[in-house]
Amino acid sequence: MTITFRKERLDRGIKARSADIYALASWRELAYLLAPRMLLIGGVLAFPLLRGLVDAYWLRVMLMACTIALLALSWDLMASVGLVSLGQAMFFGIGGYITGYLSSTLKWPPFITIPIATVAGALLCATLLYPVLRLRGIYFALITLSLPQLFERIIEATKILGGTDGMSGLTPLPDITISLYVIIAVLFATFFGFRRLIDSDYGLVFKGIRDNDRSVIAAGINIYWYKAQAVFIAGLPATFAGAFMTHYNQFVGMSSFAADYSVLPLTSTVVGGIGVFAGALLGAFLLVPISEVLRAYGTLRVVIYCIALVVFVVGRPEGIFRYAQRKYHQFERPVAVEE
Amino acid sequence: MFASILVNGLVNSVILILTALGFSLTFGLSRVANFAVGGLYLFAGFAAWIFLRILGLPYAVAILLAIILTGILGAIIYQVLLVRVRGIELSEVIATFAVGVAILETFRWAGFVTYEFNLPSFFKGRLEILGTVIDYQRLIVIGVGLFLAVALWWFTHHTKIGLGLRGIAQDEHTALTLGIESDWAAMLSVAIGSALTAVAAVVILPLGIISINVGYEVLLLAIAVSVLGGLESTVGLVIAGLILGYAQVLTANFLGPQWMLVVYLAAIVTVLAVRPSGLLGRFKEIEERV
Amino acid sequence: MANPILQVDHLTKRFGGIGAVYRISFDLQPGEALGIIGPNGSGKTTLVNLITGFVKPTAGRVTFRGREITNLPAYARVELGIARSFQMVRPFYNLPAFKNLIIPLFSPRVGKRVGGKSGNRDEVAMHLLEEVGFERDSQVPYKVASSLPHGYLKRLELARCLALEPELLILDELFSGMSMSEVASVLPLIEKIREQGTTIIMVEHRLRELFRIANRAIVLNFGEKIAEGKPEEVIADEQVRKAYLGSEDA
Ligand SMILES: Nc1ncnc2c1ncn2[C@@H]1O[C@H](COP(=O)(O)OP(=O)(O)O)[C@@H](O)[C@H]1O
Ligand SMILES: [Mg+2]
Repeated sequence: MTITFRKERLDRGIKARSADIYALASWRELAYLLAPRMLLIGGVLAFPLLRGLVDAYWLRVMLMACTIALLALSWDLMASVGLVSLGQAMFFGIGGYITGYLSSTLKWPPFITIPIATVAGALLCATLLYPVLRLRGIYFALITLSLPQLFERIIEATKILGGTDGMSGLTPLPDITISLYVIIAVLFATFFGFRRLIDSDYGLVFKGIRDNDRSVIAAGINIYWYKAQAVFIAGLPATFAGAFMTHYNQFVGMSSFAADYSVLPLTSTVVGGIGVFAGALLGAFLLVPISEVLRAYGTLRVVIYCIALVVFVVGRPEGIFRYAQRKYHQFERPVAVEE
Repeated sequence: MFASILVNGLVNSVILILTALGFSLTFGLSRVANFAVGGLYLFAGFAAWIFLRILGLPYAVAILLAIILTGILGAIIYQVLLVRVRGIELSEVIATFAVGVAILETFRWAGFVTYEFNLPSFFKGRLEILGTVIDYQRLIVIGVGLFLAVALWWFTHHTKIGLGLRGIAQDEHTALTLGIESDWAAMLSVAIGSALTAVAAVVILPLGIISINVGYEVLLLAIAVSVLGGLESTVGLVIAGLILGYAQVLTANFLGPQWMLVVYLAAIVTVLAVRPSGLLGRFKEIEERV
Repeated sequence: MANPILQVDHLTKRFGGIGAVYRISFDLQPGEALGIIGPNGSGKTTLVNLITGFVKPTAGRVTFRGREITNLPAYARVELGIARSFQMVRPFYNLPAFKNLIIPLFSPRVGKRVGGKSGNRDEVAMHLLEEVGFERDSQVPYKVASSLPHGYLKRLELARCLALEPELLILDELFSGMSMSEVASVLPLIEKIREQGTTIIMVEHRLRELFRIANRAIVLNFGEKIAEGKPEEVIADEQVRKAYLGSEDA
């Protein structure tokens, strides 16, 4: 008989104590529950106020992080019905082009063009993807990989919508602090909205389709219709991000379909953790600033990115969020096992 | 005009088929979707270039070494990464995709971006067929492409190893009871697929310069042709290659070259929307089995 | 004769040249219980798949309540009232047992009746599980499906069908993999369902149990119907004994 040790994970006492309503009884337990959330939410909310203290450059980085976070949430919701996208840039670009068109030809103000572009863009994407929603795995991945490039080439070949020059001189957004708060508000709304959605019975159908579509069909549910709905809902934050950034940059062009808008959200979600929307947020707010710091190293930063992607996919597929959550709530201790 | 379309279309088609063979073989044999093909393709090209131009090895040796090295790289990718995420399609795709991009961007960072990076043709000279001039390198491409397609089909359908490997693709459990070790076989299939991609690279790259963007294109082309053909079907692959190759040439001739990629991508999206398992794929039938 | 609820007309399915089901026809009156028997691989599951739309036929027609449904997708047939169980159960493994029933309860067929808030559905789900023999006061309904024994999964499969309030209930080898006591506890439930007027098709190897439910049986062999009639008559048939019961002593 040999005695070996293995690690055992136990909940921290404070986790159990703060699990129900009694948490309200003590500051310590309340703080235990709320501190991490408040720290994150508060940090994001306070950041725009640092204007003047930090370089304006970092405010733009923050804007980019919010954009990528929106795309990452979008990616994660699509993944929750089993649609793995390598082309979130399609949503981003379509949102951008719709708003750009409305703004440059009809001269409508952003507070009208952005909502229209968001809804119409998501609708258009859902319609375009509808015929290929039957596809799964690498088949669907391939389609989503090609679609943004297809749009780029169509615009290039037909010279519509400004062709290779894009459309510039669009109505700008109000100053950056206000812009930041708008996108942060949308980001939080999306985050909490998606979380509610996925925990509802409706969201259960989504996850059911991902895990076992045969049983969902046998339950009398049209899975393609549900997938289309998922694409539409997931499309909203992504097309919004595209429309918003178009007005912020006062420009939309073929670069809106760039691979960055597909790869960054994907990486963010994988690094932060797939299937928990908080992971997508965390990933975006970690990766975008890091990638800015690394900008000096040119394309080596893409390499570093890819290595991070591989390391997380292969080595820590649960993602940072779940890992941190576990460390926060549980501790490990070695226990003897007799064999 | 007609003859030139015929000949150029054929060259184009064979290039597509050749590019896709590696990816298709690996997927057909072991269900590993190796999205690193673009990176491996350029890796082979630059490796051959380094052996030839820096180390001054004879061309044939340089090419051979490049092919072997790429095969080994494929095996390493499998052993180090893929083994751990085997069967989780999403992870396989993301991991190999990231490896491919990492290879490409490393070369870009290291400065492999100028016109000096090219491989010489195997033989100088050209030929006239049906009034169309075609150089030897393109003939070699056609020859190698056709040879490999036939050889592969024969390998997977008529040799013991090939049949065994295919058995694994269809049913790991049965294959195990037959004494075929699936991890080993999968590693082999990734290595062979990578080596094939390297063959495509060293044969095709002399037609132009070696540029990073070629790597990204190859990724898209290889996967598109394979998927379109219906994966695991060599005949489907050839048909898909011919359709897309001729579509490209016809588009370039009658609509203008800027439409090439549009027609190409549109063809992929349409075919998959109509036939989800590709032109000759059998996945759907298998899937339907309840 | 009254209008049949289901008409199967020369239904044929080939898988790559091999015929799995060949020119099978039968009618089913409302309230009937039809047994389908036949050796393994004789095409019973394929026939069920054809009727429920999980496999598209090579030839032939299926009519439900006078409406042709041959080309209707599977989910739409469920909406019309055809529910089936799977021989190979595949529940939502990482959901608790009772949550497995939420998705059918959410479907268009029953969704509107079962009410909007999720809490309501949980209650209905617990009730259904109790009916198929999950002990309500135990932890069993709350356990994730992946941790349940096979017999429970089979009954979960039945509960999933019942959640859909079917007019035609098709059970594909429901009893295989259940213990004797489990079968004994489920059998009265199926009898009750039949008495309530639900039409039933039952694919089953356990003949004794099957004959308590079925008032008619058809026998398949190599995809063809080789006999049809009252259960007792059918198993007395010489051809059937040879094809199916040869080795068994039934
Ligand atoms: N999806 C499929 N693809 C190919 N062959 C199939 C498929 N489904 C069933 N078969 C074949 O059809 C025949 C009938 O199978 P099945 O209907 O499952 O029989 P049973 O349910 O009576 O045991 C078998 O030979 C089986 O191998
Ligand atoms: Mg069966």
